[in-house]
This record gives sequence, structure tokens and C-alpha cells, in this order.
Amino acid sequence: MQNGISWGALGAAISRRGVMALALAAGVSFAAPYAQAAPKTAVTIGMAVEPGGLDPTIGAQVMIGQVTWQNVFEGLTTIDKDGKVQPQLAESWDVAPDGKTYTFKLRDGVKFHNGVAFDSSVAKFTLDRARGADSVNPQKRYFTSIDTIETPDASTLVLKLKHPTGSLLYWLGWPAAVMVEPSTAAENKSNPVGTGPFTFGSWAKGVKVDLKKSADYWNKQVSVKLETASFRFINDPQGQSAALTAGDVDAFPEFGAPELVSSFEGSDKLATVIGNTELKVVAGMNNARKPFSDKKVRQALMMAVDRAMVVEGAWSGLGTPIGSHYTPNDRGYKDLTGVYPYDAEKAKALLAEAGYPDGFSFTIKAPQMAYAQRSSQILQALFAEIGVTMDIQTTEFPAKWVADVLKAADYDMTIVAHAEPMDIDIYARDPYYFNYKNPAFNEVLEKVEATADPAEQDKLYGEAQTILADDVPALFLFVMPKLGIWDKKLKGLWENEPIPSNVLTEVHWEE
Amino acid sequence: MISILIRRIVSLVVTLLVVSLMIFSVMNLLPGDPAAIMLGTSATPETLAALRAQMGLDEPIVVRYVAWLTGMAQGDLGQSYTYGVPVAGLIAERLVVTLPLALMAVVISVGIAVPLGVAAARRHNGLFDHIAGAISYASIAVPAFWVGLLLIIAFSTNLGWMPAGGFPGWDAGLLAGLQALLMPAIALALPQAGVLTRVARSAVLEVMNEDFVRTARAKGLSERLAVWRHALPNALVPVVTMIGLQFTFLIAGAVLVENVFNLPGLGRLAYQALSQRDIIVMQDVVLFFSALVIIINFLVDLAYLVIDPRLRVAT
Repeated sequence: MQNGISWGALGAAISRRGVMALALAAGVSFAAPYAQAAPKTAVTIGMAVEPGGLDPTIGAQVMIGQVTWQNVFEGLTTIDKDGKVQPQLAESWDVAPDGKTYTFKLRDGVKFHNGVAFDSSVAKFTLDRARGADSVNPQKRYFTSIDTIETPDASTLVLKLKHPTGSLLYWLGWPAAVMVEPSTAAENKSNPVGTGPFTFGSWAKGVKVDLKKSADYWNKQVSVKLETASFRFINDPQGQSAALTAGDVDAFPEFGAPELVSSFEGSDKLATVIGNTELKVVAGMNNARKPFSDKKVRQALMMAVDRAMVVEGAWSGLGTPIGSHYTPNDRGYKDLTGVYPYDAEKAKALLAEAGYPDGFSFTIKAPQMAYAQRSSQILQALFAEIGVTMDIQTTEFPAKWVADVLKAADYDMTIVAHAEPMDIDIYARDPYYFNYKNPAFNEVLEKVEATADPAEQDKLYGEAQTILADDVPALFLFVMPKLGIWDKKLKGLWENEPIPSNVLTEVHWEE
Repeated sequence: MISILIRRIVSLVVTLLVVSLMIFSVMNLLPGDPAAIMLGTSATPETLAALRAQMGLDEPIVVRYVAWLTGMAQGDLGQSYTYGVPVAGLIAERLVVTLPLALMAVVISVGIAVPLGVAAARRHNGLFDHIAGAISYASIAVPAFWVGLLLIIAFSTNLGWMPAGGFPGWDAGLLAGLQALLMPAIALALPQAGVLTRVARSAVLEVMNEDFVRTARAKGLSERLAVWRHALPNALVPVVTMIGLQFTFLIAGAVLVENVFNLPGLGRLAYQALSQRDIIVMQDVVLFFSALVIIINFLVDLAYLVIDPRLRVAT
């Protein structure tokens, strides 16, 4: 969500590679005896990478939202665990027939953690801040269709749009669109103040973020069972494993190493819950550069790829092959892995037809993360079978990758996990690092925004997926699984991740 | 004596200035734009420009350098891009991990190396000398992070005696804190102890052949006393030099070991800052490391004056 690529979740786990194992912290192992009397009301959630700042409206890292979204901050709308838009601080809305006026009825009695009331002026402030000239909101593009904002009364907010924007309600549910209090907005990065069920406690930099239950949460329909919650940052998969086994951490919703997952099988204490994420691993190609400018070459490379083998080699077989830039979580998903299935012979023939009977050579700029390196190695072997030589050049992520690939588009092929949900529109962006330009595709996405009819939108998303599957601007490989490992007594965590998050509202300990 | 001190202090300040310029240049020449990293893949050019302006990255490089220096002169190390808090506080929080870690490593290194080096010198070319030599060469050859891995496998994974990593914080108690630092300190200390053993051995050997040691022996002093009371104090200059060099190396070398043991120390801060291109934090941390090296060298120089009265005469 907040930022495109997986800035984190699967970030740079460089430390303590390889060996080592389910170690146990001697100092903590005795601290576990359960107090029988009172039910447990504290939870420690493990995350691989610490967020940089805690304000999702000014930073793109998914980790920011994974700590704060729905816990500290809430939006006008929200995204539920099935990926559907639900009302939140706006209890209802009305969309004018022309799709250009949205009238929101805001919830009464909502207060920020510092006691300031939430009303239409706050909502206007938040949206103006996100779309203004000096906005540093990572998703500013999603607010630019707003023309004017009116606040006829404290509980009514009217958005007048420049053009119909069918995805507006969805985008308003994103972490980058959460409501912020005007007087504290500037400090949210280090001291977030929101309307959510948890207030910010403290942040031991490099170690953990502590949250506390909010004393007067507006939503009386949910009963928040947790009194405190900690997010603890452990980069190394071996360390994650040790912390889980030792009970230092109650849950790792996104465990870092698929090859270690099987070590938890048969555990009396820990449950393994494998779900879906929005992390689409795609090998983007520079569509403006030869030979990738030739559609046949791209299609041939796609047919040279045995997706199942990539998933097996890169992510221990955990992960779902995809045929387009879309995940089974997403509305209107179509399984398009059959459009260009693995067929080395056909791939060779198509390559010859494109004028490369003897193949060609190129370089992939692959980030240092395990999934990218391993996938690249398998792609290298698969391409070799059709006479194509691929050199792997490791490119530091995020810094160098952002500079060379994302901004300068100076690359042949690259590979990265795109983390933003429903981001198929990146193929319509110009400039964007794929350099893919297809007016027919752009037209379909414009139609999605032009309609407010969900069924029609789903159908259009299907068309968009099909165009990409056929054009192959990037090699569509697989969706990362959500490798959840947590205490069997811990309930209420999301199994899937239609939007990167760790929603704690319903998390509780089974008695 | 005073003039020596003044001269040393002036050269210390000049060195720091030169170093600060080098650090600033290198950090700002690194590929990667911190604003682009923070805003991710969806950022529009306008958003990026707005953030760069907010972070002061649109200012000319000279202005930024001068602003950094004048800020530091007033005790303001700047604000971290990623954390959004003053860097001084971040460094202070991390120092309470890294400094004890490095100190512990020095104590362990000296505790192993000096007795071993002296004993080896006493049994010059004997069996013990050869064994000590082999051990110290082996430990020099082994990188600290790898020693760390072995220690974790042996004492955490297999025996379960020690925590595998992480730091509970000093508020969890002195003992818990020291326990968390013990294995990393050993990992850091072992390669250093190898070097130090060699230095101590050759330094002691050298003075053992000096006349005053022979005289001490001739007086009827036992070999042990001759070595510990007469030879060793005179062999200390190279040993102290080495300890000084090592201490700075230990603080900087903590980067790898802190990553292996998941310790929230300065090294990890530097590493995180580098990967996020939190330039201001990197500048400050590297300058801090450098200042430490320079100041420790200064202190080592002073220590010479204490150890060897002959050096107190201004030349």
C-alpha cells in the first residue's frame, strides 16, 4: 500500500545468514509461566524491519502502516480483512449520479487521543494537507482528483471531484489517507495521535514500539481486549525463529524465511497460518530498450519461465503463481497463468521469429533480498535453456534500486515485489520504470474510474489483467504468501493481507 | 609538557575538520536520494520536490555542509530523516549498548592476551610459545561475526545457556544486560586478543634481553618477578598503542557483530541509516566514530607520557 515496492516486509535480512537455529534466550525462557488468574491482555508482535517514522501520511514504507493503521490511525473509510471498503469515521456517504460529488456523513463523538474532536474541518484539513502544493504524501496522486472540499456543517463533508473517481472510497481507506489532528500532525512521525483503539506509548528506537489501549475509543461495538501491544523488530529470520520459540514474541504475522516454516510444524505452542499478501513478485523489463521493446521477445521469455519452479526455488514452494499484475485477493481476479504457460520449445521458436535464433544477452538488476536473488538465479537457468544469457547484478535496495531503476529506468530487467494492493495502474503511469505504453490499457483503467458500479469495475479490471498478460510488460511470477507464525492461543490476527497491516482491534488471548 | 598538549589539541581539531569534510563529501556523493526512498514508488515529482525542500536537500551542498558544522558547534547534530527525532538522542541511546560492549571486549582481550603473551615470551621458542602462537594466528584469521555465529550455535542453540541475540535494556537489570553483551564481546575480543598476544609477546621478548632485566635477574630476582615487575612495564608502550587502536576498531567493528546479535547499538544504527540513506544520521555516526578514534589516539599519546617519562621532554 503505502509504497509500492516491498520496502520492508521482506527487506534486507542480511545479518546472520545461513546457519543457526531455534535458539532460546536463556534469560527469558523462565518468564513464561502463565498467570492463571487474569486473562492475558498483552501481545508482542514481531516485524522484520523497523518503520522509519510512524506517520503513514508522509512515508511510503509499508511498515509504518503495519504498526499504526487501524491501531492508532483511522480513515474516513477502511479496508476489511476481505479487502472490501467499509465505513469508519464516515458512517455513510452518498455519491451523486455523475460520480463527481461525494457527500460524507461523519461520525459524531469521535475524539483524537489528545481529546480534540474529529469533525468535518479536521477531515478537510487532512485531505488538504495530502493534496496541497507542499504535500509530501506518498500517495498524493490519489487525492488529486479532488477539486474542492466543502464543510456545510461539523458532520458533513462534501468532496467535489474534477472527474469521476471510482476508486476514491477505496483509496480513502488506505494508511496514507488516515485522519490526522491539525495541531499534532507535524509531530505524528515520532508521536502519532489518531482516533484508533490504541494510543502511542513509546518507541525504543531499533527495538520496539509500544501501544496502549485507548481509554475512550468511540466504537463501542467492538470490545478491545488487549491492554498493551508491542511491535518488536527482528531482522534476521533465525532471530525471529528463536524469539518465537522462546516466547519473546507472540506472533510473527510475516515471518521472513519460508525455508524455516516447516520447523514449526508439529509445534504444540505455535500455529502456522499461511495466507495471501499483495506482494506481487514481477520481473519488470525496460519496454523501451531492445530487445524488450519487441513484444514477441517478452512473450518468449514469459514462456521460458516455469513459475512453479520459481516459487519452489525462491520461496520453498509457498506462493501462488500469477499471470498478470493482480492477486487472488483482488476483486475481479482472473487466473491468467495459462496465457503463456511454460514451454521452452515454443519460446525458442518465438524468439527465432523475433529475430533472435541464437538468443541474446542482458543484465538483471536484482535487489539483495533473498526472494529476488533466488528468483533471479532460477530465471537465469531457465533462460539459458532457450539460449538467452542473463547476468545478475545485485543492486542495493532501496537506495540504489530507486535511483537506477525506478527513477532513471536505466536497466534491462529487474525483479521486485510490488506491495501496493490494486496497483495495476502502475502500467498506465508515465513515466514509470517499465516504459510500457499501451493506450488501450490506459483506456480500460480510465473506464474503471469513470464508473461507480462495482460489477462493471470488476469486469474492467479483468480486461486490464488480460491486456497485461498478453503484452507481458513484466514477467509475472508469483504472489508472496503471508507466513504467519503465532501462539495457538492468540486469536483475531488477519490470515490474509489485502492491505499491509497488523490490525489489533480483535486480537485476544483464548482463555 | 603544556606546549606538547596544546600542539596535540590543535592538530586534533584540524584533523576533525578535515575528517568532517571527507565524511560529508562521501555521504552526499552516495547514490540514492533519501527523499525518494521515503516516498516509495508512487510519489509524483512534485511530492518529491516538496519533501526535498522540507528536508533541506534542495540547498546547495556547501550551505548544507556549513549548516551541519555550525549546528554541531552549537551541540545540534540535526534531525534524523527516518525517525524524525534529534540524532544526538539516537546516538546516546545506542552508545549505552556499544560502549559497554567495546569495553567488555577490551577487558576480555587484554585479560587473555597479556598473560598469554608474557607466558609465551618467557618460554620463548618452547612448546607453549608455539601453541600460543598457533592459537593467536588462528584467532586473527577468524572474523568476529563468524566467531559470533559459532558462539550462538554452541551456547544458545545447543546448550541454551545464553540468549541468542537482542538486548533487554539496562532497565531489565545489570546482570541481564551484561549477559546479553557477553557473547558479542567475546566474539569481538577473540580476534583482537590474537593480535594483542603477538604484540605483548614480542614487546616483552625485546625488553627481556635489555641490560636492566639482566641486572634484575643478576640481583637474584626470580624469573617471574623479573618479567612482571621489570620487563612488562617497559614493554607496555606498544601494548597500550595496540589497545588504543583496538578499542576504536572494536567500536567500529561492532557494526557486524551487532547485526549478528541483533543488538540496538551504534553499529546497527549506522547500518540502518545507510540502507535508508538517512544521510544526517550517517554523517553524525561516522564523524562520531572518527572523533572517537582521534580522541583515543590523543589519549594514547597522553598515556605514553605517563608510562614513559622520557617522552615528557618537549622536543
